[in-house]
Amino acid sequence: MDIFLQQLINGLTLGSVYAIVALGYTMVYGIIQLINFAHGEVVMVGAMVALTVISALTGAQIGLPPVVIVLAGIACAVPACMAIGYGMERIAYRPLRKAPRLAPLITAIGISIILQHVALLVFSRNPLSFPQIMPNPVFEIAGAHISAVQIAIIGGSVVVMAGLTFLVYRTRLGIAMRATSENVQVAGLMGVNIDRVISSTFVIGAALAAIAGVMIGTYYGIAHYTMGAMLGLKAFSAAVLGGIGNLAGAMLGGVLLGVVEAMGAGYIGEFTDLCQAPWIAGLMTERCADGGNFVLFGSNYQDVFAFLVLIAVLVFRPSGLLGERVSDRA
Amino acid sequence: MSLCNVPHAKRLIATTATVFLLAACGNEEASKSGEPSGSAGATGITVKIGHAAPLTGGIAHLGKDNENGVRLAVDEANAKGLTIGGQKVTFEMLSEDDEGKENKGPIVAQKFVDAKVAGVVGHLNSGVTIPASAVYNTAGIPMISGSATNPKFTEQGFAITFRTVGRDDQQGPAIASYLFSEYKPKTAAVIDDATSYGEGLANEVEKALKAAGVTVLPREKGNSMQTDWKAILTKLRGKKPDAIFYGGMDSGAGPLMKQGRELGLQAVFAFGDGACTEKMKELAGEASEGLICSQAGIPVAAASKDFLEAYKAKFNSDPLIYAPFTYDATNLLITAMQNADSVDPAKYLPELAKISMVGSSGRIEFDAKGDRKDAEMTIFTMKAGTIVPLAIIKAGQSIPFEEFTKGAADPAPAEPKEESK
Amino acid sequence: MMRLFQGGKDSPVAARAAILLVGLALLVLPFALAQAGTAWVRITNLAILFALLALGLNIVVGFAGLLDLGYIAFYGVGAYCYALLASPHFGLHLPFWVILPIGAALACLFGVLLGAPTLKLRGDYLAIVTLGFGEIIRILLNNLAQPINITNGPQGITLIDPFRIAGFDFSKPERWFGLMVSGPIKYYYLLLVVLIVVMVVNVRLQDSRIGRAWVAIREDETAAQAMGINTRNVKLLAFAMGASFGGIAGGMFAAMQSFISPESFVLVESIMVLAMVVLGGMGNIWGVVLGAVLLSFVPELLRYTVEPMQKAIFGRTLVDPEVIRMLLFGLALVLMMLYRPAGLWPSRTRRRELAPAKR
Repeated sequence: MDIFLQQLINGLTLGSVYAIVALGYTMVYGIIQLINFAHGEVVMVGAMVALTVISALTGAQIGLPPVVIVLAGIACAVPACMAIGYGMERIAYRPLRKAPRLAPLITAIGISIILQHVALLVFSRNPLSFPQIMPNPVFEIAGAHISAVQIAIIGGSVVVMAGLTFLVYRTRLGIAMRATSENVQVAGLMGVNIDRVISSTFVIGAALAAIAGVMIGTYYGIAHYTMGAMLGLKAFSAAVLGGIGNLAGAMLGGVLLGVVEAMGAGYIGEFTDLCQAPWIAGLMTERCADGGNFVLFGSNYQDVFAFLVLIAVLVFRPSGLLGERVSDRA
Repeated sequence: MSLCNVPHAKRLIATTATVFLLAACGNEEASKSGEPSGSAGATGITVKIGHAAPLTGGIAHLGKDNENGVRLAVDEANAKGLTIGGQKVTFEMLSEDDEGKENKGPIVAQKFVDAKVAGVVGHLNSGVTIPASAVYNTAGIPMISGSATNPKFTEQGFAITFRTVGRDDQQGPAIASYLFSEYKPKTAAVIDDATSYGEGLANEVEKALKAAGVTVLPREKGNSMQTDWKAILTKLRGKKPDAIFYGGMDSGAGPLMKQGRELGLQAVFAFGDGACTEKMKELAGEASEGLICSQAGIPVAAASKDFLEAYKAKFNSDPLIYAPFTYDATNLLITAMQNADSVDPAKYLPELAKISMVGSSGRIEFDAKGDRKDAEMTIFTMKAGTIVPLAIIKAGQSIPFEEFTKGAADPAPAEPKEESK
Repeated sequence: MMRLFQGGKDSPVAARAAILLVGLALLVLPFALAQAGTAWVRITNLAILFALLALGLNIVVGFAGLLDLGYIAFYGVGAYCYALLASPHFGLHLPFWVILPIGAALACLFGVLLGAPTLKLRGDYLAIVTLGFGEIIRILLNNLAQPINITNGPQGITLIDPFRIAGFDFSKPERWFGLMVSGPIKYYYLLLVVLIVVMVVNVRLQDSRIGRAWVAIREDETAAQAMGINTRNVKLLAFAMGASFGGIAGGMFAAMQSFISPESFVLVESIMVLAMVVLGGMGNIWGVVLGAVLLSFVPELLRYTVEPMQKAIFGRTLVDPEVIRMLLFGLALVLMMLYRPAGLWPSRTRRRELAPAKR
C-alpha cells in the first residue's frame, strides 16, 4: 500500500507540472485553434534561464538566502519566456493567421528547432545541473516519502491554476479572451483588440511555461536543451485528454496523465509478467523457474502511455473528458 | 587533367558542373589506384593514418582527446625518424569528424579509403564503428578502436578489426564480481537507459550476477534523456534489492541516485563507465557518496608516466579517458609496420594480429578476434565528492589500486609476473 | 516521361534534348564524383535515399495535405524488415528482390494501421498522432529484444547482406570495360533507377483520378466528399502509398549500411524529411527532389566552408556545422512558410492554394 501511495505522490508531482504546461497549450488552442508546437521549448528556456541565474548567484557567494536566489531565478525566467512567447506569436504565427492550417504548424516545428539549438549555443550542449542550495527535507506519510520540493511543486501549481482561473473569469482581459475564443470576428466587432488578446494569451502561457520549467528543473536537478520536446508532447496529450480549449480539462488531464504514467511504469511489468499467470507459467517452466520472468511490457514502455492515451482519446472521445470549448473541431 | 587536381570541395563543384567533359577522368582513377598506401618521394614516403571520432556535437571533447592521443603518437614516431622497407617514413594523421552518427560512419570510412590511409584509429562510438568497419574490411585496411566497447564490433568475422579498450562483456563481469565479492547482495536490480551502450553493459552485468547466484529482478528501462526515475525506483523499493546497477550515462544516473536516496532506498548503487564521472557529484549531491563504478581499461592516472607527461607537455591538459588507448593503437599500427618492414596493410596485418607490446595502458596482445587479452578494468568509488580508484580487475583478479600503481610505475620487472600465469 | 517537365510541353524537341543531357549527366556523375573521392558517391547515395523518402512523404503531405510527422517509422519498418530477413540474426538470407516487396507491403500495412483510426482527425491533431505513432514504432524497435529477441533492441543488427543477384554483388568493386566500379557506384545506379521509377509512378499518380482526388481532399474535404469521392479510402491510399515508398527506401538503406539500429529512425529524421518537402515545394515532384538533394549536401558543404572559416577567424570552431544545419532547417521551415509557402520550386496548384491573400 505504501508503494501505491508513493506512486500516487510521484504521479501527482509530475502531473502538476504537466497541468501547468498543458494550460499553455489549451489557452492558445482555445483562442486561435493553433497547436503551439514550440511551447515545450519555452519550458526548457525557462529552466535554463532560471538555472543560469541561480548558479551565478550561488557562485557569487554574496550571502543571499536560498529562497531569494530561487525567486530571483523565477523572476528572470518568467520575463525571458514571456518575451519569447510574444516574439514567437508576432514573428511566426500572426502573419499566418489566415493561412491554411498546415502553415503555422510547420513554422511551429521550425521555431521549436531554432529555440532548441539557440539554447544549445547560449547555455550548453551538456546537461546543466541545478545547484542544491536549499536543504530538501523528506517527510514520511504512511510509509511514503514526500520531499519539500514536491510539496512546493504541488502547492505552487495549485496557486498558479487558481490565479489563472481568476484572471480568465474575473478580469477584463479574461472576458476579452473568452469572447475571442467564442468568436473572433464578433469579439472584434464588440471592441476587443484581437491582436492584443492573442498576444496576451501567448505571453501568459509562456509565463506558466517558465514556472513549470523552474519546477521541473529544481525537482530533478538537471536541465538540458532537449528536455522540452517530450515534456511538451506529453502536456499536449494531457490537454487533449482533458478536452483541449478547456482550462479545467487541462488541469485534470495533466494530473491524470502524471498519475497514469507513474502507475503504468510502476505496475505494468507485474501485470504483463506471463510467469505470474499459472497456466502460462506451466508452459514455460524452464524460463519461469527460480523467480524467472517473462515480462511482455515493462517500464521500457512508459513513454508510450502518453501517446496511447492521446490516440485513444482522439479516436473514441475527441472532445476529451470535460469537452472542448469549441465543439466543431474534431 | 588540371581539373582533376583541384582541392576537395572545390573539385566537387567543378566536376559536377562540367560533368560531361570529365567522364574520361574515370580511367585515370583506375590507373592511380594501383599504388598501395603511402606515396614515394625523394626523401622517403609519407604514410597516412586515419583517425575518426565525433569532433563536433555532444561528445566532441572525447573525440578531441582521442585525436590528441593519435597526434602524440604520430609526432613521436616522426621525431624518431623511422625507416620502413629501406625508406624514411613520415607519418601523417588524417582526422575526420563522424559526428557520432551511424549513417556518417561509412562515409568517413570511405574518405579514408579514398585517401589510401595505411591504417585507422577509431571510431569512438560503437554504433558508428560497426557500420564503418564493413567499409574498411572491403578495402582491407586495419582499424583499431580505442573506445568502442560493444562486443559485436570484433565479432563480425573481419580480420581487420582490433581494439585496445576492454569489451562490455569484460567490463560487465568486472563490476559484477566486485559488487558480489564486496557487498554480497542477495537481490539485485538492473536498470538501463535503452541505448546500445547502456543495455549492452546491463545485460553483461545481469548475466554475471545471475551466474554468481544473485536473484536479479526483471529489467527496468528508461531512456537516455530520462530524469524521472521515481516510478521505477518506487517499484524497486517494494522488492528491497541490496544492489542496483544502472547502465547509462551520468545525466541519467545522477537523478536516479538522488531520487533513490530520497525514496529511502538503502541499496548500493553501481554504474558503468558512462556514469563514472565527477559530474555525478554535481547531479546527485550528497546522495552520490559511496557509489561504485567501473571504467574499461586502467584509469588515466595509472597510464605510463612517460605518456602522461608527454601529453601534458604537448596539449597543456590531462588526457580525459581514451587518449592512452588511441595513443597505444597508433603505436601498435606503427610497430606492426616496422615488424613487417612494410606499410602495405596486407603485409603488416599479420604482424598486428600477433603483436606484443608494452604501451601506455600496459601490455597489449590480441586474441583471435582482435580483442585485447586480459584487458584491465578499474573500479572507482565516490569519496568526499571525487571519484577515486579502488581496485584494478585483471583476468578475474581484483588488485587494490595502490598495489597496481606500484607495479605499473616500473613496467619492466612486472612483465614476467604477468606472463607467468 | 515528358510530363516530368512542366515547362517542356511547348517544344518537345527541346524537352527531349534536355532529358537526354540530364540523363547523360546522371550516368557519368558517379565517376566524376569518384574523382573527388568515393565518399562523395556515398553522400550522393544518401541524398537519393532521402529523395525517395521525401517523394513518399510528398504523397501524404504534398498531394493529400495530411501532415505526417512520424514518416521515418515506415523507413524503419522497411529497414528492419530487410535486416531481419537478410542477416545472421535469424539466419535468414532471402534475396533482396523478395524482401523489398515484403518490406514495402509491411510498411504499407503499417501505413493503413496508422491511417485507419486517425482519418477522422483534422490536420493538426493528425500531425501529433502521427508523431506519437512514429515514436511508438521506434520504442517498439528498441524494446522488442525482450522477452523474445526479435529486433535485438538498441544493439541493432549487424552483418546485413548487401544486394546480390546471381553472383553479382552490389557491395564489391569490379572492373567494367576497363573502368573501376566501386560498390557505392553500383548502388548509385540502382538507386537512380529506383528513383526514376518512383518519380514516374508519382507523376502518373498525380495526374490520375486518385491524384486529383487527393488534391480535392487537400483543398476542401467536405466539397470532395460531396463530389462523390470516398475520402476515407482515398486518404488511406495516400498513407499506404507514402508508407510503401518509405519501406523500399528503408530496405535499401539497411543493405547499403550493413548495420542498423533504432537510432537511425528518430523524430529528427522525420522532421528533416518534412523540411526537404517543404523547402522544395509541397506537391511538386521535382521540387521535393531538389529539396532532398539540397538539404543532404548542406552539412557536407558547411563542413568545408563554415568550419575552416571559423577556424581562420576565431582559431577554433565556435558553432558546430551540425548546429548550423539544424538552425538552417528551422529557419527554412519558418521563412518558407512566411515568404514562400509553396517552396523553392512550387507546383502550380499548390502555389494557388497557399497564397492566402488571393483567397
